[in-house]
Amino acid sequence: MSNSQKQHKEEVRLMKGNEAIAHAAIRCGCDGYFGYPITPQSEILETLVELEPWKTTGMVVLQAESETASINMVYGAAGCGKKAMTSSSSPGVSLMQEGISYMVGAELPGVIVNVMRGGPGLGTIQPSQADYFQTVKGGGHGDYKMITLAPASVQEMADFTVLAFDLAFKYRNPTMVLADGIIGQMMEKVVLPPFQPRWTEEEIRKNTPWATLGKQKNSKPNVITSLELRSEEMEKINLRLQSRYREMEKNEVRYEEIMCEDAEYIIVAFGTTARVSQKAVELARAEGIKAGLLRPITLFPYPSEILMSYTSRIKGILTVEMSAGQMVEDVKLSVCGKVPVEFYGRMGGIVPSPNEVLDALKEKLIK
Amino acid sequence: MAKFKGAVVVNTERCKGCDLCVVACPSSVLALSTEANSKGFNFSHMEEPENCIGCSACAYVCPDACITVYKVKVE
Amino acid sequence: MNVTDIINPSNLVYDKTSVMNDTPMHYCPGCSHGVVHKLIAEIIEEMDIQDKTIGIAPVGCAVFAYKYLDIDWQQAAHGRAPALATAIKRLLPDRYVFTYQGDGDLAAIGTAETIHACNRGENIAIIFINNGIYGMTGGQMAPTTLEGMKSSTSPHGREIPLNGYPLNITNLLAQMDGTCYVTRQAVHTVASVRKCKKAIQKAFENSMQNKGTSVVEIVSTCNSGWKMTPDESNKWMVENMFPEYPMGDLKNI
Repeated sequence: MSNSQKQHKEEVRLMKGNEAIAHAAIRCGCDGYFGYPITPQSEILETLVELEPWKTTGMVVLQAESETASINMVYGAAGCGKKAMTSSSSPGVSLMQEGISYMVGAELPGVIVNVMRGGPGLGTIQPSQADYFQTVKGGGHGDYKMITLAPASVQEMADFTVLAFDLAFKYRNPTMVLADGIIGQMMEKVVLPPFQPRWTEEEIRKNTPWATLGKQKNSKPNVITSLELRSEEMEKINLRLQSRYREMEKNEVRYEEIMCEDAEYIIVAFGTTARVSQKAVELARAEGIKAGLLRPITLFPYPSEILMSYTSRIKGILTVEMSAGQMVEDVKLSVCGKVPVEFYGRMGGIVPSPNEVLDALKEKLIK
Repeated sequence: MAKFKGAVVVNTERCKGCDLCVVACPSSVLALSTEANSKGFNFSHMEEPENCIGCSACAYVCPDACITVYKVKVE
Repeated sequence: MNVTDIINPSNLVYDKTSVMNDTPMHYCPGCSHGVVHKLIAEIIEEMDIQDKTIGIAPVGCAVFAYKYLDIDWQQAAHGRAPALATAIKRLLPDRYVFTYQGDGDLAAIGTAETIHACNRGENIAIIFINNGIYGMTGGQMAPTTLEGMKSSTSPHGREIPLNGYPLNITNLLAQMDGTCYVTRQAVHTVASVRKCKKAIQKAFENSMQNKGTSVVEIVSTCNSGWKMTPDESNKWMVENMFPEYPMGDLKNI
């Protein structure tokens, strides 16, 4: 097969989740990646520099001096209508919160990947899901939301990288891919997406007429800023952003249901804990317990409606997270007290086992 | 040696009366007016227009780009 | 010949460039920012690069620079302008990309971004306004505030044991292998304005020659923050700022 034929084909490979992100970024026509090393996601930057996409697609890859610089490089690139991304893990993503808030304020698209590790502080390099609040409740200052995609497989690491760019540009808002150390590090089969060319400058001018590519004759300058000192105007900007979040809630809710049709008990979990919980559901079914799994794929917007729809026929919900209990608050808000909502979680980088989850389900809900 | 005569036009609404042009003028042409613009600034004006040589010193140092300079060779 | 005869388009020798628009600038009367804005606008017009220039505005008094120069702008988070400029220039190498930063932005909160952009030799122009004070927030001490100089957060004058030394960051940047042109200028006299304009133009030209980063520090006044008239500020700057931040090229390759 010639090189050009190969470029238009999907490709099946075995690789780590982190590596899949790097490959998918190049293939989906990403213009720039800016990042800083941190475990457990350094393979993203390492894979990119190994692949040298600047020699093929022209994608820029740069190791920045900090996560703060990385996110601001993404801001600069996005301001030019470029597809730009960064990745990090929890402590580094904390450093990026300023830049994320500025990107939202300046209405800039971009992709941030957080391969979560345990905190608080330097914490541990082991996996965690304790950045849920930071991500979906707005880790930076001001009222804002980001579409948050939670991959549960290496395949989804690749797919959601591509999807995240589409959503970021659709809504002119940063999008977060919220993974964890397990998804980043584990190896699985992945079908890599076909190559899409990077946007030409003409395409950028058409797709993002607000981009700062240099002022065109007979048109006004483009200005990327989040500053507006007049309160009435600033409120209008906020209202516009809020209506955009309502649009996201209407259009972008994504989830997966596993054995939910006849379930009496629903486990709600995302990412790694969803995979563990799927096994727990199988174990429960083997014991005659009618359990099912709802896996939110978007953490914002949250699949509240589907959860509410279960309440008339289920006996309870168990939320499983690698945290002290963060998403469980959204589960409770979704069902408005109509069914009992219990929580089981592990912290410090510990991944719960399927048996632990099954035991928790029995102990907390079935008794 | 050629002799020059000049004149300046001050955008009086843009002028903030900072006085830097008055200080920079080598021919003591400019002074702040006793009149004020709509923002309350005593704008710069040609107090001694006869002295102007069109050197543009005032315009160079003006932080608000409010001075336009004209110059003619007279001999 | 009377004044009305002289005021004729054929005799025009100096006029505001159209790159600087008619929006009145928010700067205090006599502020150095206006002169530097004007110089950048004139250079953009003379080089005919209005459609190829992207400016990065900082946080500080110059946060609104984008209101006055009719070019494409991005406004950066405090101190992060060199990071934005890095990405823009790498993705659009045929554009003129410059940052416009004050001393708090460049030499305090943005030290890391500044040093690393210079160390990578990004092909950008950095315009650095050093007036030894935080103007926008009301006259607080800056990293470049002189010893003994009063500010709202050093009301008794900057004390070295308490606040450390004035940071001469431009000297530091001149030592970096990534910079090609580092110069210190001022805009308080006609001669200095002309020299400063040449320096900024050179910085712009360098950015297309793949030589590395150009840094133009402009030692400036903040007469409101310094609590002096604009003219007194210029004199004070010459007497006090220039010995600490001497004029001239530090590096030119």
